[in-house]
Amino acid sequence: MKRIIVCLKQAVDVSQLKVDPATRQLLIASAPKKISDFDKNALEEAVRIKEKLGDVEIFTLTLTSEDAKAVLREALAMGADKAYVVYDPSLKDIDTSGTAYILAEAINKIGGFNLVLCGETSLDSFSGLVGSRLAEMLNLPQISSVRKLSVEGDTVTAERTLEDAVETVKAEMPVLVAVTREINQPRIPSLMMIMKASKKEIVTWTATDLGVPRERLGSKIEVIEVLAPKTERKKIKITGENVQEIADKLAKALIQEGVVGR
Amino acid sequence: MLWEGEDGMSEHEGILVFSEKHDLMLEMLGKGREIADKLQTSLAAVLMGFNVQKKADELIKYGADKVYLVDNQALEHFQIEAYLSVLHNLAVNYKPEIILIGSTRNGKPLAARLATRLEAGCVPDCNRLSVDEERRLVGERITYGGNAAAKITFKAKPQIATVPARAFEKPEPKDHSGQLVKLDVKIEEAKTETVDVKPLETSNVKIEDANVIISCGRGLGKKEDRALLDELATVLCGQVGCSRPLAEDRKWFTEWVGLSGHKVKPKLYIACGISGVIQHVAGIRDAKVIVAINKDEQAPIFEVADYGVVGNLYEILPALKEALKKQLG
Repeated sequence: MKRIIVCLKQAVDVSQLKVDPATRQLLIASAPKKISDFDKNALEEAVRIKEKLGDVEIFTLTLTSEDAKAVLREALAMGADKAYVVYDPSLKDIDTSGTAYILAEAINKIGGFNLVLCGETSLDSFSGLVGSRLAEMLNLPQISSVRKLSVEGDTVTAERTLEDAVETVKAEMPVLVAVTREINQPRIPSLMMIMKASKKEIVTWTATDLGVPRERLGSKIEVIEVLAPKTERKKIKITGENVQEIADKLAKALIQEGVVGR
Repeated sequence: MLWEGEDGMSEHEGILVFSEKHDLMLEMLGKGREIADKLQTSLAAVLMGFNVQKKADELIKYGADKVYLVDNQALEHFQIEAYLSVLHNLAVNYKPEIILIGSTRNGKPLAARLATRLEAGCVPDCNRLSVDEERRLVGERITYGGNAAAKITFKAKPQIATVPARAFEKPEPKDHSGQLVKLDVKIEEAKTETVDVKPLETSNVKIEDANVIISCGRGLGKKEDRALLDELATVLCGQVGCSRPLAEDRKWFTEWVGLSGHKVKPKLYIACGISGVIQHVAGIRDAKVIVAINKDEQAPIFEVADYGVVGNLYEILPALKEALKKQLG
């Protein structure tokens, strides 16, 4: 039996995030949460591998400072067998280093695995560091930016998208793979799958359960501010009697701006 | 001897820069030079690969005081373990206070793993970099899907930041003097095997280089209609781009403009039939002038545009082309 561990982040749904226009602060607390896209692709890929190979168990692993049960139920409905969650409100301000450290400790506590799947980056913070940090901590071969994946025996073959090339890479398991959104279209669980998922187990640990020393979690970075950017656009509506007039006005404005022509 | 301060920041000095992409390396040297002068410290470039010594002079002309050359067949192609072992070795031996790494698909994992191996912080994808009065590096990056810009600094050294392509201007080469230091470093063996590399079919012209970009979104009815944009692009010597759905969902294009695609800063960006979701807007934030053409008066793109036209792109684009031809003479 092969075991796949999929790292899932409960992320802020950035498409529903609101900004306080007076202070330019993000209203994060009131924004809905969901499984980070990318991570969802990683989970979908795990489920597809299981469908193909059969003898596979899928565990998800989530680190969160807020309750994540609803999000994890969705993961279980998509096809994960068991969800592990490190839930600890005191972990609110750890950085990617601390996050990867806890994930590594949790993976060690879960025990053996063949494949760790992650999303290339997260929907909200968009750092894209945790997967690589985790590979380093677990001393694993790492394949990132993966848009196509296959598992045969103990060998993983992956297609990576780079800036100017597509690379095919092989590695022996255990291995860590980070996927892009191109890799698949995550399924929407059926009612049947949702009902079945309610019987699946969610194992909850705290940082203390993992024996993680607090001093190891000190952030190496300091966030000075997170503010919505100022929009300093002119917002001039070009109107006219007909298309011709509008086009003439717009052309004139662009020439005056000095952004067209020689 | 200096006791390590509470923050452990005292013993590191100098700036180290690396990218496996030559142009990006030059851009980072420009910014690195600026920061090095401000901190009155030295700027070093890491040059690794196989038979790459010939590139050293150029790195010096672009501002490096030192070039650390590690020339080895094992470094001919990017392999994360190999490249990581070289950078780690240099970071441990030379103790730079700042390490800048090019934020490419290969460079970012490299930076993340270097930071982990050094137990250091890492701020990825900085499109602005500065130093504060306490010599700390301050990076600015887009976060929350383009909803915000975060300003982040460091509590420990080395301070590692990654820098995307085109975030900074390539400096003018100068008659700068620098030193070439050849190093023999033990190189870690790769844990993955690259079995095939296929160049991506992208146009030779990079969209980041375009002065004018005409982009389409879901308002474009069918693939062939991009001809409307192409024609306007010809008149303006510009390039055609698109938003993510046209590339990822409809597969009409292979690349797109936006937070997860190309971040562009043209003089003129014309968004046609693009609603303006925050992720797209994050990719065009630095455009000088933004024009929005959209049928939907409520489309959020109008909130971030300098000039907005509520109308049908199929009518506006040909008319705009003619008007520009006429007025530009």
